[in-house]
Amino acid sequence: MRNLPNPPMGDGNTAVNGTVGTGQKHESAHKHVSGEALYVDDQLLPIDGLHAYVGLSTVSRGLIKRLDLSAVRAAEGVVSILTLDDISGHRDIGPVFPGDPIMVNEGDEVQFHGQVLFAVAATSYKLARKAAALAEVEYESLEPSVTIEQGLDQQNFVRPSHTQQRGSAQKVIDQSPQRLEGDFRIGGQEHMYLEGQASLCVPAEDGGMLVYCSTQNPTEGQKLVAEVLDIPMNLVTVDTRRMGGGFGGKETNANQWACLAALLAHKTGRAVKIRLARADDMKATGKRHHFLSQYKVGFNDHGGILGLDMSLSGGCGNSPDLSDAIVDRAMFHSDNAYYLPNVRVIGHRVKTNTVSNTAFRGFGGPQGVLAIEHIIDRIARAVGRDPLDVRKENFYTDEGERNTTHYGQKIEQHIIADLVERLEKTSNYRQRRKQIEAFNQTSPILKKGLALTPVKFGISFTVQHLNQAGALIHIYTDGSIHLNHGGTEMGQGLFTKVAQVVASEFQVHVDSIHCSATRTDKVPNTSPTAASSGTDLNGMAAKDAAIKIKQRMVNFACEHFLIKSDKVKFCSGEVIAGDQHFSFSEFVQLAYMNRVSLSATGYYKTPKIHYDREKAKGQPFFYFANGAAVSEVLVDTLTGENKLLRTDICQDVGKSLNPAIDIGQIEGAFIQGMGWLTTEELVWDDQGRLLTTGPASYKIPAIGDAPTEFNVELLPDSPNAEATIYHSKAVGEPPLMLGISVWSALCDAVASLRNHKLSPLLDAPATPERILKACNELRARAM
Amino acid sequence: MVKFLLNQSATVIDQIDPNTTVLDYLREHLYRTGTKEGCASGDCGACTVVIAEAEGDKLTYRSANACITAVGSLHGKQLITAEDLKHNNQLHPVQQTMVDCDGSQCGFCTPGFIMSMFALRKNSQTSDPHKTIESLGGNLCRCTGYRPIVDAAEKMYEVPCEDHFSRSEKKVVEALNTINKEQPEVALSNAGKHFFSPASVADLANLLLEYPQAKLLAGGTDLCLEFTQFLRDAEVLIYTGRVRDMAQVKLTDQYLELGAAVTYSQSKDALVDLYPDLHELIERLGSLQIRNQGTIAGNVGNASPIGDMPPVLIALNAQLLLRKGEQTRLVAVEDYFVKYKVTVLQTSEFIEKIIIPRPEAQQLFRTYKISKRLEDDISATCGAFSLQIDQGKVSDIRIAFGGMAEIPKRAQHCERAILNQPWNKQTIELAASELAKDFTPITDFRASAEYRLSVSQNMLHRLFLELEQPTIQPVRITQYA
Repeated sequence: MRNLPNPPMGDGNTAVNGTVGTGQKHESAHKHVSGEALYVDDQLLPIDGLHAYVGLSTVSRGLIKRLDLSAVRAAEGVVSILTLDDISGHRDIGPVFPGDPIMVNEGDEVQFHGQVLFAVAATSYKLARKAAALAEVEYESLEPSVTIEQGLDQQNFVRPSHTQQRGSAQKVIDQSPQRLEGDFRIGGQEHMYLEGQASLCVPAEDGGMLVYCSTQNPTEGQKLVAEVLDIPMNLVTVDTRRMGGGFGGKETNANQWACLAALLAHKTGRAVKIRLARADDMKATGKRHHFLSQYKVGFNDHGGILGLDMSLSGGCGNSPDLSDAIVDRAMFHSDNAYYLPNVRVIGHRVKTNTVSNTAFRGFGGPQGVLAIEHIIDRIARAVGRDPLDVRKENFYTDEGERNTTHYGQKIEQHIIADLVERLEKTSNYRQRRKQIEAFNQTSPILKKGLALTPVKFGISFTVQHLNQAGALIHIYTDGSIHLNHGGTEMGQGLFTKVAQVVASEFQVHVDSIHCSATRTDKVPNTSPTAASSGTDLNGMAAKDAAIKIKQRMVNFACEHFLIKSDKVKFCSGEVIAGDQHFSFSEFVQLAYMNRVSLSATGYYKTPKIHYDREKAKGQPFFYFANGAAVSEVLVDTLTGENKLLRTDICQDVGKSLNPAIDIGQIEGAFIQGMGWLTTEELVWDDQGRLLTTGPASYKIPAIGDAPTEFNVELLPDSPNAEATIYHSKAVGEPPLMLGISVWSALCDAVASLRNHKLSPLLDAPATPERILKACNELRARAM
Repeated sequence: MVKFLLNQSATVIDQIDPNTTVLDYLREHLYRTGTKEGCASGDCGACTVVIAEAEGDKLTYRSANACITAVGSLHGKQLITAEDLKHNNQLHPVQQTMVDCDGSQCGFCTPGFIMSMFALRKNSQTSDPHKTIESLGGNLCRCTGYRPIVDAAEKMYEVPCEDHFSRSEKKVVEALNTINKEQPEVALSNAGKHFFSPASVADLANLLLEYPQAKLLAGGTDLCLEFTQFLRDAEVLIYTGRVRDMAQVKLTDQYLELGAAVTYSQSKDALVDLYPDLHELIERLGSLQIRNQGTIAGNVGNASPIGDMPPVLIALNAQLLLRKGEQTRLVAVEDYFVKYKVTVLQTSEFIEKIIIPRPEAQQLFRTYKISKRLEDDISATCGAFSLQIDQGKVSDIRIAFGGMAEIPKRAQHCERAILNQPWNKQTIELAASELAKDFTPITDFRASAEYRLSVSQNMLHRLFLELEQPTIQPVRITQYA
């Protein structure tokens, strides 16, 4: 470059838009609405590209006696077939522990219905699918273990159990004035990302592979593709521009399809795309863990918990995947916002012959929170108090021991009590409670219910080393900024927020920043975009990179203009050096001409966190995000059908980086949480075959299920006490658990049939059928 | 060949597999990837496109699921996708409002929502929350929780409806009329597979005689799943949508006659006029995209045990006009179903029209649909009740259920317990217990046998409460929606 570009017109000394704290629009919004935003399947395949598809097992457990692929091979359009025999590299793609064979072969044991037996590449998507259906497979059937109860009976676990305790729960429970015990079942959840799993692999020079993948975890995809191909990681690049939804379902579950396509691309020397049809996606990929909570609780006459003995058994499916950490997180959240003076929590990772369950927004946390909220509701009815009052009775406070969790973490910022107080007022809880009681007395069939439930959610990966991130910033000589970081965009607005951070650092318009696809050759060794950590980690890393470049620019200005560093300012699209004003791009050009490096990497690691698993004590979380929701429902006691009438939410997001995006996360998470606990029911038959394999049978909330009145507030004036990015708080997962208010309100409506003196038996999800059953059981139950 | 407008461009398709869906045609043949595949079964709406048809000198815009629309059915219509809305590099007001309201997160469902909203905007001048829900109930979003989308669907009315579509409406109508006047043989053939689109009942009847194995394609909302979900292509498809005589909704002194090609959307007003309680059922039946494509005759014809219209038609004592060649016969809907997915329909015979009696002066009609989700869900069970009460006694009653047996059928024991009995609680109690003799429902992923029976019995209680005068309190949650 011998001469420099003309600085863009209108650059400099203008109001800077899109810095942190503003409701900057999602960076792709204008492309979403016009259909121009490209997802993996929208990318054009190279001219000789192939389409891959997989053959899935049709039994949930059995020995493969014969795998005859001759008809597949002979089918129209088929170019290549892949079985386990073709793989010279690693054959197990388990993300943390082994147990996830990429395929199973003749002679192997099938572990779940929908397990991959082989893959085929053909000239079209339809031909590949048709060919895959032609395999002849003979099994010797083995008895599958399908339910959590079966797995518990057989002590069949994918990982060892773990216990957290404080005090002596059993002894205290035995001596408590009041006691309850019970079993409570919590259903799983299908991610139902609108864009199914998809990968496109293009062979590169030196035996390498370029992988376009809809994944939350490009680095893990890179590592596994390298391993199955038996090549070094530096020959594999994973590129993820955006996902059509992830929710945890593409944290580890995107890897297998990328690996299979890469193997076929390697074998044929041609680009290969793979995309799962919805029904196969639902059969072959993991879901939220279903749980069985078994508990004994002792409490005083006000409903104050004295002792809790709880066992949380997560249905993990056939392999460990991430279940160790998921059941841990359920245990870490079995207190929710409540101080449990004497407690023992045991977490079991139960093995079943079903697809291996995986990450899903909240990562076990929601199940732990629901388990304790169910107990609180029961206690309230047992002592005859409004459940809200029993919740308040049990909140953590800053008094003595009451500020410490059962795993030994001290709660630094006590937000819940005030937040709940505020929401109670703004939602008019007490008055509505009375109105609802009056309504229920005169309404013969329809009954209303009301509930306020809080959430305290720990932020950080509980696996310590994942709490790090990198970023890369280039500034070009026209003043435009190229941003890249290790986080992936799945709709949560991460790219927008990180661009806002960079815009704020340089004090430039956010539109001058381009955030490009997440790529393993730009920022290496990244963690999955998960655990609500995307902005906390990548925002800080990008800030670090921006500060490095800024510092160089400041140093240059000091030398060049012979001024002190405090005389150099970045402000309103300008760089001010002493009394000279430059537009940002003018100054960038000056720096370039004076040979200043305008590119930097940034890095961040979360401080303070540690957890000693031997002792089951530590500080696994950097901080907690808090929130609460009040929901009012209407239940048809003749059918169990119901409707959410109104929801009020107050969520603590610290100092919001982008209120519009944060509110979007809260509303979306709430509805997703509500769906998990109401209409979303995964049904397997007794042979472990999933029966709900599409949106026709698996019902996520539709537009009419959103509450008629929906008020969402970000808790004002509550910056994060920890030094997070601009003192904001994570928002991805915590509000999912606000959906518990709907489940609790449904219980409240049913309980109104017996004047709130008895607790309904209502497992989750509370489908109309379960609600009607609970109504009938409650009506018939003796006092 | 098949001729249509792709937005403004005259487009001819000739050599294509007739089992190709509009979605695959867009994405795989034209590389127009703005329209997304979420499920390929018409249940998520990510693939929503708008299909415009000339009616008089105007265009009617209807949303449709491209994933279950056969490409041959586009003949003589205008196909509009999300890419077409942007004009002169400016977002369409509907798109801009969606951006302004933060209505997209991951963006994958967004083009589908945009197209449903575009159709809604074209069909109404003011915002109506009920219409918004009705129009967008078939579009699933997993990210937003819908609130910003509802806001956008309200705010889009703040911008005048005038756009490049209204400016070119006249030209498009002319172009479509020209295509429709040309009357070429509308057909597709490829590798031994055929698609025919006859324009008259006689042609349809002859084609079915010639190709007795042919699959009759009406809305395609069920049949297309054969192609996309089960990969079972049809050798011969005969499309009913262009048969003029079968597209009629006719109200006579005694009957409402619905041609077999009439969609739910086209017949909704006429049905609801006669039987107001059908309003809720029709709006909960599928999604608007499905109702825009699906036909009531198709709902009867495919003989699904869980269709919602068959129990209604049985309770209303409707009849079917069946035709084979030149021969016709009338069959009562209740006699049409023989056993699971088997009907009295002979080879080459088809449903030409549905004949529904007008209500008698004293006739009471109620129908209840039970499903896991209120909108766009298949019923666990659906009951339809038609009765007349004369001086406190039930003088006539017809009760039919879907989802309770292998075919939609009448509840005869239950009816007998009510007929000629006083209309009171005791009668209802007895009738409810008699219902258990009528049906032995199954357990599946939608509901257990016990639930199906128990909610069906409870429908009788609700019926009683609703007909009791005066109604004290609403007894349906949908009355709060």
